[in-house]
Amino acid sequence: MREKQRVDVARKSSVPVLLTKANDVQRLVQGVFHGEKRAIARTISIIENNEPEAQKIVSLIYPRTGRAHIIGITGPPGAGKSTMVEKLTKELRNRKKTVGIIAVDPTSPFTGGAFLGDRVRMQDLSIDEGVYIRSMATRNHLGGLSRATKDAAHVLDAAGKDTIIVETVGAGQSEVEIIKVAHTVVVISAPGLGDDIQAIKAGQMEIGDIFVVNKGDRENADKAVSDIRAALELGTQDKEWKPMVLKTSALTGEGIGEFVESIEKHRAYLRKGALDHQRRATAEIELIEALKQKIAQTIIQDLRQRGEWVRITEKILAREIDPYSAADTLLKRKTVGP
Amino acid sequence: MSTKEKKIRVLIAKPGLDSHDRGAKIVARALRDAGMEVIYTGLRQTPEQIVETALQEDVDVIGLSILSGAHMTLFPKVMQLLKKKGMTDVKVFAGGIIPEEDIPALKKAGIKEIFGPGTPTSTLIECVKNSVSM
Repeated sequence: MREKQRVDVARKSSVPVLLTKANDVQRLVQGVFHGEKRAIARTISIIENNEPEAQKIVSLIYPRTGRAHIIGITGPPGAGKSTMVEKLTKELRNRKKTVGIIAVDPTSPFTGGAFLGDRVRMQDLSIDEGVYIRSMATRNHLGGLSRATKDAAHVLDAAGKDTIIVETVGAGQSEVEIIKVAHTVVVISAPGLGDDIQAIKAGQMEIGDIFVVNKGDRENADKAVSDIRAALELGTQDKEWKPMVLKTSALTGEGIGEFVESIEKHRAYLRKGALDHQRRATAEIELIEALKQKIAQTIIQDLRQRGEWVRITEKILAREIDPYSAADTLLKRKTVGP
Repeated sequence: MSTKEKKIRVLIAKPGLDSHDRGAKIVARALRDAGMEVIYTGLRQTPEQIVETALQEDVDVIGLSILSGAHMTLFPKVMQLLKKKGMTDVKVFAGGIIPEEDIPALKKAGIKEIFGPGTPTSTLIECVKNSVSM
């Protein structure tokens, strides 16, 4: 405790006004609205760490969100996601857009640590005033993103970034949470990762608005493109937007212009009406998740306080009851809503 | 239910023209295994890039590694830029090939500790943890 006070004093003496009080929420939020980088950085940390001010901040920021176009980039490890993010960002900067990037890498389930290395591929962007990059660890959240990724995107949106790019962890087949965050989902793959059977499988193959076969300079790139095309054509669901399939080489820059055009096309499509639908769906998802989190938290806290938690856990350990039946019993007993 | 999810965030950076980053990667890996979130930016970073990255990533600690001999120019430059941006609460550690006689001046410039070759990773983990109060 004394240690903490000491640091607070040190912060007061050395840090500019903005940060003298970590809980000076209003100032911090104003800083975000003005695009001040330190304010953005602190705000994202507060949200990511789930500090007490987090909810207040999100509530203040939320009315200013909904303006940016959020692009999700996903795909297997090593397909070239980070390199592609850099190329895409440069192209967007040429078109005078400001860009916010959130790059997610996995947290170790064993130590809780993480090695965040996506910036290695984005070195040229680090001192561009129109670009803000933030690396985030999943902190053991599944689905390819971290719990706080969506809210971090809200922060960059409120800070006035025109385009926000969210890069997921190297994803397998079922990391599809990006569809809850991004307006346009890009699935990047590379030649040689699988045949036409892989391409028919569920999950990632269903979420792409745009499919990119990167490393197009390599052998079999055209085969990969046609496998994906063929798999998409097998789809029987009548979709308004037919996913586009492109070949690029982030290394040589080949196909990048076309890639940006395809993103613009998808955005134009969304603006013709699909966006309203998408926004409504996202709002519902956000509400459901907020409810889940709050309900679970409230109930668990209550049970802990009343000592029931330990009692039920013991019962489960003794194999007297299974966790599902235990949950049913607890919910029935707790007649008053949270 | 604990809601505290704070992690120590560390930027490992290599300023200057070194072409060799094995040491930096070992340190990054050791800190990762100690439960920290380590941001690694690769080789040949300018002091401006390093400080800007530290700012955007809201790190608690910067670890600088240099082998080329340019530490007396580049390290103080990093410290100067941190000061300019009001980031004096970020703790800076350094490592690499640093002659004994340069250490006092670097510490005076604000670098908390300098770790030479052979330093056990446990030592630097402890130093980093102690420097950051959670």
